[in-house]
Amino acid sequence: MRKVLIIYAHPLEQKSRVNQHLIKAVSGLANVSVNHLYENYPDFYINVKHEQGLLLKHDVIIWHHPFYWYSAPALLKEWFDLVLEHGFAYGREGNALKGKFALNCITTGGSEETYQEGGLNRYPIENYLLPFNQSAHLCKMRYLPPFVVNGVHLLGKGGIDECVRQYMNLVLDLRDNEIVYHKK
Amino acid sequence: MHLDEIFFRIMIYLLAAVISVPIAKKIGLGSVLGYLIAGILIGPFALELVGDDGEGVMHIAEFGVVIMLFIVGLELHPSMLWRMKRLIFGLGGMQIGITATIFALITGFFWLNTAQAITTGLILALSSTAIVLQTLTEKGMLQTRGGRHSFAVLLMQDISVVPIFAIVAVLASQVVSDGVSDSIGAAGSGWQQLLIIVSAVAIIIVGGRYLAHYIFKLIAETGLRELFTATALLLVIGIAVFMDAVGLSPALGTFLAGVVLANSEYRYELEDNLEPFKGLLLGVFFISVGASINFELLFDYWELILLILVIVVGVKLVVLFFLGKLFKLEKSHNMLFTFSLAQAGEFGFVLITFASQNAIYDSFTSGILLIVVALSMLITPVLFIINEHLIQPRLLIKDLPENDEVEDNGHPVIIAGFGRLGQVLGRFLNANGIKLNIIDNNPHNIQYLKKFGYKVYYGDITRKDMLEAAGAERAKVLVVAMSERHQIDKLVSIAQKHYPHLKLVVRAVDVAHELALQNLGVDGHRQAIFDSAIHLGEDALNSLGYSRHQSYRSGLMFKHLDKRFMKNLQQRYSKDDPHFVLETKKFSEHLENILLMRQKEPYKDMDCAWDTESIIEEAKKTE
Repeated sequence: MRKVLIIYAHPLEQKSRVNQHLIKAVSGLANVSVNHLYENYPDFYINVKHEQGLLLKHDVIIWHHPFYWYSAPALLKEWFDLVLEHGFAYGREGNALKGKFALNCITTGGSEETYQEGGLNRYPIENYLLPFNQSAHLCKMRYLPPFVVNGVHLLGKGGIDECVRQYMNLVLDLRDNEIVYHKK
Repeated sequence: MHLDEIFFRIMIYLLAAVISVPIAKKIGLGSVLGYLIAGILIGPFALELVGDDGEGVMHIAEFGVVIMLFIVGLELHPSMLWRMKRLIFGLGGMQIGITATIFALITGFFWLNTAQAITTGLILALSSTAIVLQTLTEKGMLQTRGGRHSFAVLLMQDISVVPIFAIVAVLASQVVSDGVSDSIGAAGSGWQQLLIIVSAVAIIIVGGRYLAHYIFKLIAETGLRELFTATALLLVIGIAVFMDAVGLSPALGTFLAGVVLANSEYRYELEDNLEPFKGLLLGVFFISVGASINFELLFDYWELILLILVIVVGVKLVVLFFLGKLFKLEKSHNMLFTFSLAQAGEFGFVLITFASQNAIYDSFTSGILLIVVALSMLITPVLFIINEHLIQPRLLIKDLPENDEVEDNGHPVIIAGFGRLGQVLGRFLNANGIKLNIIDNNPHNIQYLKKFGYKVYYGDITRKDMLEAAGAERAKVLVVAMSERHQIDKLVSIAQKHYPHLKLVVRAVDVAHELALQNLGVDGHRQAIFDSAIHLGEDALNSLGYSRHQSYRSGLMFKHLDKRFMKNLQQRYSKDDPHFVLETKKFSEHLENILLMRQKEPYKDMDCAWDTESIIEEAKKTE
């Protein structure tokens, strides 16, 4: 069993339509930790040592957040800036995260069709996730394909339930089963 | 008198003051009573250390009253004075008029002739500016409604000393010769007097507004402190001498000068320089009052004196009470007003002496009156105490219901204590749409807050039944915002015991209290001053040129580290443990190191490990 760490960044969870359900579903699972950034660091003063400790203890890191402006909410960016220190996460001596798995779990307003050439968002979603992708690479991690929930504004109850089911399966999968990794 | 005699006398007075006043204050009697008792003790009827020089000393010491009035004037604004004119001339004028008339009638009917009766009426109508102002200021009550009314009356009385002198002079001249011609002469000098008064006032006002500023500036530029003090004294003494020469009350003159200078930029310096003189001289004044009490006369005629004293105080109490009601003072303020002014005043000494010098009084009458005046001043502090401890508490109970009925409204938050902290907190929660039940136990607070539309219930929330009545059963959070530690602790313990579902958010009084609350496991606690201090500190850093974000992060870091430090501390040491101080010192040093390190590498965050030596070493290597 691997240990899964979900770094969850949502500034306004009460208004969330999908994320609250996603997180709730995976919160109680064994060997799965949810790190609620906005709840733990309301004043943006991240406890770097504590975060690094968490990273060391887990094998799979999921960055779980709504897709704000093709990126993550500000606190997660602050997390990237401060926690992934030179000499810890990257650099010649920075091997703390070597070999661990990383992926994004994101919810977007735009539907799947918009994320392609000719669509409203012009490029596939993987393009927008390159910063995360490359960051993971720099930290010698193995970046996995994202879990994406598109078109959340129009998702009905059935759609939400389906996503929740899929997410839970993914997390359990990452925890229990063999992971097939293709370098891209 | 030889120099060593003078020094000996001075030493006696000072010694008496230094011994008796601290004792008096400790017993709760106030400094004025202490001085009076000191005077009695060193006077001719106890230790006999001073005696025949009593009057001379009193004259010098009266100067303390003069300085005091100057300082009082400094602290006033002329516009405020004008606004108070209704109180000053209305309330004050009526008090003097009615009281004087009653006393004149009583004494004239029973004991004295007409001239004496009128004089006595006027003398006894006055109250003691020195004692009342001093006491009210000491107790911090000068700014209350009752205090302000008292002040207005005292002011009017000071103003009226001038015409009273004139009246007594007229009476004196009528006593000496029963000629009609003299009254014309008196009338003539009356017009002269008016002219003199007006010109004197004009000189003070003009001089104060235009001359004083330049003079003070010149003196201040020399940079010599003592020169400024000398100028301030010169100013006050000069005005007093000037007023004396012209036949007016020196105190009134200096008061006017103070008012004129109230807007000057040198106001605070003047006050600072003159305060010590005022305090000392006033003290000596009261001592000499005590020393001048003729105990022989007192013992021989104690029944008469007691009777007069009771009449004087009684009549004054009654007149003041009704006047207070007439001028719409609420009960508790009226009580303060009534009790504070129910004595005869130090101007009485001056006037009695003046009157007996002018043969209005024989020595017996003046002796008795002096004693009555002195005794009435002596019992003033006692009157204050009676008001404070016996009357005010009863009033509070009568005016308000035992405990207000709090509606059973299921509001989720109870705020206990609605002082400065509670109010800001309440406003904040209000703004977030949270419904509150607010309880406070200071009725003055509540009355005041009502004007702002706050619904605050009156009650002692540290009692279980009040807590229950406040809705503790249905509430979710109890905010403890009171200011007394033992009250806070009591409420916390009651709440935890009987309403364990209530989340407690508690104000801590100091660090030790915070540790204690932490140990009790309350849900939120904070020292009232902590965050404000950090924020102000951030502003200070900003002003030193730090970037705003840097200052802000520094503040955040300090807060978080302090919190962690506290958690560690709580488990390890109690406040009395000598290691506590050591650990606190060590922590400060660590903190300094950490913050300095941060300046070099802003985005490198530091751990507050107890031992930061390794970090420091490494940094030294890379320097």
